[in-house]
Amino acid sequence: MSIRDKVMGLYSAFVYAFLYVPILIVIVFSFNESRTLGHFTGFSLKWYQVLLEDKVVWVAFYNSLNVAVITTLVSLLLGTLSAYGMIRLDIGGKGAIDSLLYVPIIIPEIAEALSLLLFYKFSGYDLGWLTVLLGHIAFDISFVYVVVRARLAGFDRSLEEASLTLGANEVQTFLKITLPLSMPGIIAAALIAFTLSFDDFIKTAFTTGPGFQTLPLIIWSQSARGGVGPELNALTTVIMAISMTIAYIYARLTMEKQ
Amino acid sequence: MEMMEKAEYITSEVEDMVVLRNIVKRFGKVVASDHVNIEIKRNEFFSLLGPSGSGKTTLLRIIAGLEKPDEGVVILEGKDVTNLPPYKRNIGMVFQHLALFPHMTVFENIAYGLRLRKFPEDEIKKRVYDALELVKMPPEVFAGRKPSQLSGGQQQRVAIARALVTQPAVLLLDEPLGALDLKIRQHMMLELKRIQRTVGTTFVYVTHDQGEALVMSDRIAVIHEGRVEQVGTPYEVYEKPRTKFVANFIGESNFFEGILRNGAVETSFGLIKVISDIQSGKKVVISLRPERIKVGKAAGDAENRFEGKIKEIVYKGDVLIVMVALDDVEVKVNVPTTHPEARKLEEGEIIAVGWNAGDEAGVFELEAE
Repeated sequence: MSIRDKVMGLYSAFVYAFLYVPILIVIVFSFNESRTLGHFTGFSLKWYQVLLEDKVVWVAFYNSLNVAVITTLVSLLLGTLSAYGMIRLDIGGKGAIDSLLYVPIIIPEIAEALSLLLFYKFSGYDLGWLTVLLGHIAFDISFVYVVVRARLAGFDRSLEEASLTLGANEVQTFLKITLPLSMPGIIAAALIAFTLSFDDFIKTAFTTGPGFQTLPLIIWSQSARGGVGPELNALTTVIMAISMTIAYIYARLTMEKQ
Repeated sequence: MEMMEKAEYITSEVEDMVVLRNIVKRFGKVVASDHVNIEIKRNEFFSLLGPSGSGKTTLLRIIAGLEKPDEGVVILEGKDVTNLPPYKRNIGMVFQHLALFPHMTVFENIAYGLRLRKFPEDEIKKRVYDALELVKMPPEVFAGRKPSQLSGGQQQRVAIARALVTQPAVLLLDEPLGALDLKIRQHMMLELKRIQRTVGTTFVYVTHDQGEALVMSDRIAVIHEGRVEQVGTPYEVYEKPRTKFVANFIGESNFFEGILRNGAVETSFGLIKVISDIQSGKKVVISLRPERIKVGKAAGDAENRFEGKIKEIVYKGDVLIVMVALDDVEVKVNVPTTHPEARKLEEGEIIAVGWNAGDEAGVFELEAE
């Protein structure tokens, strides 16, 4: 191994350490027996116990799940239909519609959050569950659209035509041919939509109202009060576990395709 | 065989299975079909033959209902279906890239049309197995496989079985042999013909390959720039082409231009006697097949006899292709290798070529420029 390789190796190790050591510390200390962050005094699940008994956390977890599931379903439906329409329909202004559907992915989330808030204030909406949900859906449609469109773009049109000549009408053809063959793309889109919504902080913080908290909001408000304790480590670990499971499923699905 | 009886039954009432009447189809400024009239008879193996971009596939898709004509009428089994979608027409179609459903097994692919027609499950199984037998795919071996586990030729057979299993009045085939290599292709040509004879269904076959069309078809429509140049049997389109395009596209041809006067054409290398009812004084082109030209002694008493230098000889096994220069025109002559003088031919030699009036495939009027 040359000097150059050694330096490169060391450099890479530092990069990875910088990225992953803090996360590792959070996970490790979520199992720490004592409250102190400095020393690991013994393995314990007690902070998870505390978490389980915390009603505020449970309500926030339910809220997060509720918003993420509804967001996923609605954005999946609307995003898939827009992708299908864009590919199949022969309408004017397709280029413009396509570009507009990409915009939410590109603009900074903080700008989007602020504009959502201004819009809600302007139209006199009471902030809460619905405003959070609408913000998430509006954002996730774009992601679903992009992923499903990519899948449909590579779709052999003659498969649908074959179905039509075999006696299936357009709806039957969509359900029996187009939809099953687009499934990997649709599932991938669903997983992305769910993760984005479940983990979202900025938009949620801007658009939520009194009494409606999601898990990322709880973590933020508790740590902002200086309470970076082991309960929070446990909670973060749980959220990471959920997100990473979904990311793993996504990776498996996309790899199988190739 | 049950399939045959059913096909007979379906088609027994009308003589013309497919009628295209004055079909016009435009894509933007391009006219893909230009007032096309075609009648396809029952039990016929009918080919739409033309170069790529000639509009032959568009005609097939119009019969299928996958394209709607801008003008004209499509009649299937005596019924006007111009405004019906594909799924309400009694057709089957084999696509260029076969379009087997990748997420279904061979069985499910073939059963697809039957399930939509709500056949009972035991009937479906029987018919799928019969269809697989018809295309010589043992069902026990292949029914459970996915299309990706089949060779190109096997996928071909499944696509044909799937399109025929619903017993359509017409089977439409869009260059289905294009993707296969030569050997399998030649074999599948004979297979398609055998299947067509077995089931008796009307086949409409699109191809750009004149060889395929000549071998398989009962009749051929030669399509050029969206128009029908000629409809006829393989013999007719080869031996009696109606236009210069047909003479050129099907088989090989020598072309000699000149002015027609009193039953002879004045060409740059001499007077050629022809049989034609074109008016005297017109500019015409003669089409003459290479195998119609005699050489050497055999050319001696021909009505049209010329001498020229042999430019090139190509040995092809059964024939020699001999290029003979008549002044500025090169003439291609096919000399069978069994010809008594074949072995004596040599490049650079002077040779006599000859043929009689009427041996030409056709005399076509050239449009004034």
